[in-house]
Amino acid sequence: MALSEKDVDHVARLARLEISPEERARYVKQLNAILGHAEDIAGLDVSQVPPTAHILPLHNVWREDEVHPGLTRDEALANAPDKAKGCFRVPKIIE
Amino acid sequence: MDVAGRLRKKELSSVELTKAALARIDAAEPKVHAFVTVDPEGALKAAAEADARRAKGEAGTLLGIPIAMKDNLSTKGLRTTCSSRMLEPYVPPFDATVVSSLRAAGAVILGKTNLDEFAMGSSTENSAFGPTRNPWDTSRVPGGSSGGSAASVAAGFGYGALGSDTGGSIRQPASLCGVVGLKPTYGRVSRYGLIAFASSLDQVGPLARTVADAAALSSAIDGHDPMDSTSVDAPVPDYAALLGKGVRGLRVGLPKEYFVDGMDPKVAEAVRAAVASLEAQGASVREVSLPHTPHCLSVYYLLATAEASSNLARFDGVRYGFRAPAESLVPQYMRTRAEGFGPEVKRRIMLGTYALSSGYYDAYYKRAQQVRTLIVRDFEAAFRDVDVIATPTSPTGAFRIGEKADDPMTMYLSDIFTISVNLAGVPALSLPCGFDAAGLPIGLQLIGRAFEEGTLLSAAQAYESAHDWKDRRPSL
Repeated sequence: MALSEKDVDHVARLARLEISPEERARYVKQLNAILGHAEDIAGLDVSQVPPTAHILPLHNVWREDEVHPGLTRDEALANAPDKAKGCFRVPKIIE
Repeated sequence: MDVAGRLRKKELSSVELTKAALARIDAAEPKVHAFVTVDPEGALKAAAEADARRAKGEAGTLLGIPIAMKDNLSTKGLRTTCSSRMLEPYVPPFDATVVSSLRAAGAVILGKTNLDEFAMGSSTENSAFGPTRNPWDTSRVPGGSSGGSAASVAAGFGYGALGSDTGGSIRQPASLCGVVGLKPTYGRVSRYGLIAFASSLDQVGPLARTVADAAALSSAIDGHDPMDSTSVDAPVPDYAALLGKGVRGLRVGLPKEYFVDGMDPKVAEAVRAAVASLEAQGASVREVSLPHTPHCLSVYYLLATAEASSNLARFDGVRYGFRAPAESLVPQYMRTRAEGFGPEVKRRIMLGTYALSSGYYDAYYKRAQQVRTLIVRDFEAAFRDVDVIATPTSPTGAFRIGEKADDPMTMYLSDIFTISVNLAGVPALSLPCGFDAAGLPIGLQLIGRAFEEGTLLSAAQAYESAHDWKDRRPSL
């Protein structure tokens, strides 16, 4: 299941990562090496084995639906790279 | 902690102790680079508060003790970078629960320690702010990803530190730096305020000079937290009371799959000698088998990267952290992430995104979760016959800076003995058990049943007290 340059471009788009031609070439090589190693699990018969997402016997964890104090608007915005009128500011999305 | 006794007897104040720690940092930090941020002002203020609390009659073990925090644990008002350009300017508006717990116990936070960016790595070379160096030999790595925390303890900067462990990131640097490191059971310690890497594996835990110190830190941070829905409401024993009980009757298992080709023979020898020492103290030893061990690395790198690709999607340059401006939003996301993340983080995001992507999910992610079940069952079966499993923590001592930097697969192999523990969710501890031919520390890993940290601490302390490894310190 070898990864091509086209696959790498597709994955980079999904991951929202801009990559250079050098990075593309490097990822093809490195990701194929790692996935090649991971082929060892392809041969195991797991047809009757349930998946483990995490090891706790927890499902939903509920709490009472009560209002607790949270961050103020100023605290929430304090780390914003750009802000205006009490909001996070980003480039225009809709023309 | 010996020093806790001196504080209690008022031979020494926390302010004096903290000033001495800051002076050691001033002197040796340029050689080690354990910290991303040192916070002398905050530390001295906390020390003065601790002294005031003691004057009013408080007397906790950690009251007034200087410690360090890995820089992926949120500290209110103190920059928290994950050693990434992406979070270089980030100042959290809240404390992680483990940080508030330690503050409540009166611990003094000296600063934030260096790590592999977003805890992804085994050498602390992947930090955007430069590598940390091993105090035993500054041409070598301290291990990773909690390399700054381990180095800070080994260098004697503080009396303990917190780290996080997703595939060995507390235990492997503890081993390489000659200190004690404990990865608690999944669910034992709150992760609220730990910046997430792989949520089904991450766990916060202590690093310290001695087993008793690690136990003191564990007592402060263990337990249920309503702010973390994956933390478990299980009773926390009094760890200090379990120390000194010895190992008579303890059943120790040696997994045959963990003594493999390619490991340093001195490491295997030291670990076998450590197990023989436990046997001489009354433990019984038998071979056990964890047959799916050869698959752990693959399962780990598929699951951890998949979870990381999802967790790190939040870094988009909108709400906090670094932004690389662009004329429209999606190019801005893509440029921000390209410039804000370093090479290892991007490589893992790419791998994880691929493993989760349409058409490959069943072959990679789901299959890895199924094999994870087989690994969990291996441990369940082994723990029917033994109480503790003993292995090397790392196949070799500390390697040279740059030695493995260009080959991700070789670097990943240095976690080969630690990752199974995270997949199974059980607790494990690393403690010093000797030195290799180059004079570098070797670590013994003890793995226990879920929520049996007390058994590990007790066994580790029995071993520790029969040897003088903990008294050997690096000369910086």
